[in-house]
Amino acid sequence: MEANTAKEPVVMMRHITKTFGNVVANEDAKLDIYRGEILAILGENGSGKTTLMNMLAGIYFPDSGQIFIDGKEVVIASPKDAFQYGIGMIHQHFKLVNVLSAAENVALGLKETGRFNIRKVAEKIRDLCSQYGFELDPYEKIYNMSVSQKQTVEIIKVLYRGADILILDEPTAVLTPQETEKLFNVLRAMRDDGKAIVIITHKMNEVEELSDRVAVLRKGTYVGDMLTKDTNAEEMSGMLVGHPVKLEITRPEPKDPKPRIEVKDLTVRNEEGFVKLDHVSFTANSGEILGIAGVSGNGQKELLEAIAGLQPTEKGTISYIHKDGSREELIGKDPLAIQKLGVSLSFVPEDRLGMGLVGSMDISENMMLRSYRKGNSLFLDQKSPHDLAANVVDELSVNTPNLETPVRRLSGGNVQKVLVGREISSAPTVLLTAYAVRGLDINSSYTIYDLINKQKEAGVAVIYVGEDLDVLLELSDRILVLCDGKVSGIVSGRDADKREVGLMMTRVGGGHPAGAKDKKTETAGTDPADHTAAEEGGKADES
Amino acid sequence: MNHNHIPLFHIARRKSLPWYRAWGIRAIAIIAALILDAVITTIVTGLNPFQVYGAIFRGSFGTARKFWVLLQNIAILLCVSIAVTPAYRMRFWNVGGEGQILVGALGCAITMILIGDKLPNAVLIPLLFVVSCISGAVWGVIPALFKAKWNTNETLFTLMMNYVATQLVAYFIIVFEVPKGAGQIGIINQSTEAGWLPMIGTNRYLLNIIIVALLTVAIFIYMRYSKHGYEISVVGESERTARYVGIKVGKVIIRTMALSGALCGLAGFLLVSGTNHTITTSIAGGRGFTAVMVAWLAKFNPFAMILTSFLIVFMERGAGEISTSFGLNPSYADIITGIILFFVIACEFFINYQLVFNRRDKKAAAAPTEKEAAK
Repeated sequence: MEANTAKEPVVMMRHITKTFGNVVANEDAKLDIYRGEILAILGENGSGKTTLMNMLAGIYFPDSGQIFIDGKEVVIASPKDAFQYGIGMIHQHFKLVNVLSAAENVALGLKETGRFNIRKVAEKIRDLCSQYGFELDPYEKIYNMSVSQKQTVEIIKVLYRGADILILDEPTAVLTPQETEKLFNVLRAMRDDGKAIVIITHKMNEVEELSDRVAVLRKGTYVGDMLTKDTNAEEMSGMLVGHPVKLEITRPEPKDPKPRIEVKDLTVRNEEGFVKLDHVSFTANSGEILGIAGVSGNGQKELLEAIAGLQPTEKGTISYIHKDGSREELIGKDPLAIQKLGVSLSFVPEDRLGMGLVGSMDISENMMLRSYRKGNSLFLDQKSPHDLAANVVDELSVNTPNLETPVRRLSGGNVQKVLVGREISSAPTVLLTAYAVRGLDINSSYTIYDLINKQKEAGVAVIYVGEDLDVLLELSDRILVLCDGKVSGIVSGRDADKREVGLMMTRVGGGHPAGAKDKKTETAGTDPADHTAAEEGGKADES
Repeated sequence: MNHNHIPLFHIARRKSLPWYRAWGIRAIAIIAALILDAVITTIVTGLNPFQVYGAIFRGSFGTARKFWVLLQNIAILLCVSIAVTPAYRMRFWNVGGEGQILVGALGCAITMILIGDKLPNAVLIPLLFVVSCISGAVWGVIPALFKAKWNTNETLFTLMMNYVATQLVAYFIIVFEVPKGAGQIGIINQSTEAGWLPMIGTNRYLLNIIIVALLTVAIFIYMRYSKHGYEISVVGESERTARYVGIKVGKVIIRTMALSGALCGLAGFLLVSGTNHTITTSIAGGRGFTAVMVAWLAKFNPFAMILTSFLIVFMERGAGEISTSFGLNPSYADIITGIILFFVIACEFFINYQLVFNRRDKKAAAAPTEKEAAK
């Protein structure tokens, strides 16, 4: 790809500045995009990647700075202007009309002269599909589609309008590994066709696998770029954080592990009556991290919520074992009742802003959520939550203008730090976490791993539900694999084999993975909305 | 490739404004609305707008009596607005304020009629107060129970409860009508004044106003500093978060609607015992609905509601005045009020956003970077 650097860039952005009220999203940023190249944009949460691309796509208008297309300065004041220059963006949150078909969605807003003919649109969609290797039925309704099919419609939509500069904002966040592979093949085909592709992502392995060049943003400013083949994950991480980082998860030996939570024969049905947990039994020990692996939607959520007292159960027992050996039954008790038993149970749920925090409240008010009941006064103690908030912001280096900022305005990583900070502040004996690093940049992720490890060393029984197998294998002392609501197996994290765990995820007990692929595609479609809800949340506010 | 024109301006979010500038913008909006109103008045009616404004002003401040009536009306509207506030903060769309006022008023009136001459006022008036609040609370709790147990739609439910309340009042008016066949109750206990709120000095309305003023402060503190108020905000923002921290959502809904209904019932008590001394099906006068607007305009801040309810009542009083002074249809004042409200609501946009005008001399700006780009 070295030839590219000699070529004229198709897009040049220079001195771009954009502020939202008191928040500076981009400051004097620059970026070059070349044809026939896949460019990955890297940056921490809130570093202004999405905002910068939104300005190219005509969603936002820069406060100052210039954009050049093919060497000529242009003004992009609306998405229509962007299309005129061949720029199309595929957003993280799809913008499709559910009740219409794929072809109708593609045709929406087009100003073609003559009689409208949906068949012609469908014909052209089929051509595009065969050209780049998409699979799509133009007449299929959006509401019948999986997340990955919807994404295909979005991509076709911009290609149909003749885009040859494509921007994809975290395209793989909602895809299964198989779907991701398919998407990458399509993107490579488009690159080889001479199109310019830009992807925004957090996942280093994807950057290494897919991109030709990497550009790094830090705090809204352009830091530099390099060819992917000349760099590695550690160098890129160091560049985006601003100092060298070690991408290594420590795993201290558990100290004096004792049974803390004992789950026996737990069966749970969801509201529709489907069995989500099927006779699950296991023990979580103090001073140990129990990883829960499984394809998303295989009962992880129900398991954690049942322990936390939020999920009605059908059968089985969940016992909490005190340090002195006495037992408490947790089933049938709500979170308040559990707290009153003297069980200090902390829970970092998957849906951070919809469950763990109140988005419109500030950091202090969110700290209060767990502690506001303390004391007999009718009135709130506002001082200690405020101190705690200041403490969490300081210790976990939460990036916020002040303590009075609504947490909804913070970026994903900072939202998570506030939530984890609150949950571990109560000195828990049990810590439940669900997808604790989803949507977080690499630096924030390692901060969270570190915090979890510290809890473990303090003797907390940690139950860690994760999706990244590599991390689970590095972090967990033991790994429980869930498949279809059943315990597929419990293995030691130190000598488990990734392939073996992967097989257990798709088939109870592992073994030959018959129909494993189908299983993955099917279940991955069930919870697309929760992904990255908090990510770049502050920016979503403005759009 | 053709160059687009730089748009004349674009919209950008403002840095947070200090409060005095925000209020400055609001003041400018009202002045602009008054200017537009004046122009329209001149064109449509041919009257001197300043005379019309003068009449509107006299409607509230013309005489001492009119001024007290203004304050009394503000007090009642403010009372209802404050009553609906806890429910709205919980995102419980209570449009049943009207019914809750009526039922509170009805409870008060029946008690006055039945045992008005059996108890001294010192016992009777607190009793009336309690009966009104309980009646209103019952009317508010019924839809809350259904919401908490079966997640029914509270908007439809509370709305329909209004009609039931109106019919209940109509029924009891026939039961207690004086004289028989009159179809109305008339002044209750006119000779004994039993159950009438006492005058302070020579002023009939002062006690009403004091009660509502105390209530305003109390609800402000309740919402901002109490544990209950905090729970209401959490439930309103996210029921899942509330459950996650162990708040019993159903309990909070019922408790809050009991409070909301009780305060509406209190407004009914002030109307019957404090001012009207009778009951009609229209005694609430649409305040259950107007209050929703007052509360929203004030963004649920009880103190800001004093201003918004003043604005509404002031214009209402002015409407009556211009219809008598100039023979204008009272609806004309609605037009004037409508324009003012439009400006007040629209100016919030300018408090949150600003228009940024783009530089036209782009060549000068472009030159240095063209060079840099060429490198």
